[in-house]
Amino acid sequence: MLSKRIIPCLDVRAGKLTKGIRFKGNVDIGDPVEAAREYYDQGADEIVFYDITASSDERNIMIDVVERVARTIFIPFSVGGGIRNLDDMRKVILAGAEKVSVNSAAVVNPEIITEGAGAFGSQCIVLGMDVKEVEKTKKIPSGYEIVIHGGRKFTGIDALWWAREAERLGAGEICLNSIDADGTQDGYELNLTALISENVHIPVIASGGAGKPEHLAAVLTTGKADAALIASMVHYRTYTIAGIKQYLHEHQIKTRMSW
Amino acid sequence: MIAIIDYKAGNLTSVARALENIGEEYLITDESCLLKKATHVIFPGVGAAGEAMNYLREKKLAAWIREWVNEGKPLMGICLGTQIILEYSEENDTSCIGLVAGRTKRFSDKMTESGIPLKIPHMGWNSVAFRRSHPVFENINPEAEFYFVHSYYPAPADDTAVLGITGYGINFCSVLAVENLVAMQFHPEKSGRPGLQILRNFCAWRPLC
Repeated sequence: MLSKRIIPCLDVRAGKLTKGIRFKGNVDIGDPVEAAREYYDQGADEIVFYDITASSDERNIMIDVVERVARTIFIPFSVGGGIRNLDDMRKVILAGAEKVSVNSAAVVNPEIITEGAGAFGSQCIVLGMDVKEVEKTKKIPSGYEIVIHGGRKFTGIDALWWAREAERLGAGEICLNSIDADGTQDGYELNLTALISENVHIPVIASGGAGKPEHLAAVLTTGKADAALIASMVHYRTYTIAGIKQYLHEHQIKTRMSW
Repeated sequence: MIAIIDYKAGNLTSVARALENIGEEYLITDESCLLKKATHVIFPGVGAAGEAMNYLREKKLAAWIREWVNEGKPLMGICLGTQIILEYSEENDTSCIGLVAGRTKRFSDKMTESGIPLKIPHMGWNSVAFRRSHPVFENINPEAEFYFVHSYYPAPADDTAVLGITGYGINFCSVLAVENLVAMQFHPEKSGRPGLQILRNFCAWRPLC
């Protein structure tokens, strides 16, 4: 039986973590490669790097980070943020990432999904979706709208339609982020996650709102998610990945328990 | 020296990085004259069977791989490299290398587990039940899980070729082993420490002895 995946997300800017991560002895770690190694040792099933990039120089620094990560950890990892075209994807994949995720760029130019899947295989292409709850209208029948540019710009696109469309275009996986839940640590958006997950045939990673192991248990059962993204709850050592997995194990949710 | 066969089927960086990590020298090539220098050959691959076989035939690598295995030398198949070791793949209706009798089949779209529809590809971590011990899978914790990402699976005709079984809607052959050939559907290079241990074991394997 397939295990549910627990995936820590690291925000990187100019080759450094945007917020220090507290590990053993409360030492602040600013190096994404060190943080990745730490999570690899703790039993992370995959790692997501989100590149908060301002310039092309910083992009090249990120490629160097990806290369160093690929020499350090031997689990899949993906890179998102600032991926705009096939060339951006190629650089990240050749540097050793298993997957790339596209978000705003795919909304502006959906062909990037098909092109990426054609060049590297669907399994490499993750569609990142930022979603906000809105009033149900003719245009947004699901009541969930796609937003871009970090949640600042509404697109008029229905989230459920977009998820299905992305699957049709060749996306291999969806990383579904609720802008409403993001940063609250009050739990994932379960209705949204279940709605998307039940209506596509590709895996869905739930994102936004994780604060306690109970939240992961809920999104992996009620929310029908295949994987759960986590950030602050492990970055600040409130919980460890191993501890979260133990909790899920005690609640009959199968995760990888040996690493 | 470990040779990684490059047949333009996906990215070989992660296999190379894993071999570096365990301190093995390797070369990546599609030239059979260079492959001759190797003691062990890894046949990886991500992608589609049809295109892969076209390239292998064009470079005369399909025949070369058959010869290598017939000489009793160690070969490891990974993912697509495992699927096209069989005679035929349902993917792109492809006639394959045929080192092992049997075919590669697609998962049914209608599979369920505890009433819940299963997604395809089978993507993520799953366990392998080994039927017998094998030098390449020594010192692997039975609780270990491995990273899979695939929509097709190998179905050898001869049941004795099946070394490991994984459950995803059905029980499928996730590891097959025949004499000096070992092939797995999962990615050892992305399966953490147990995966690295498999690669280490393979590099130390001397099936002719």
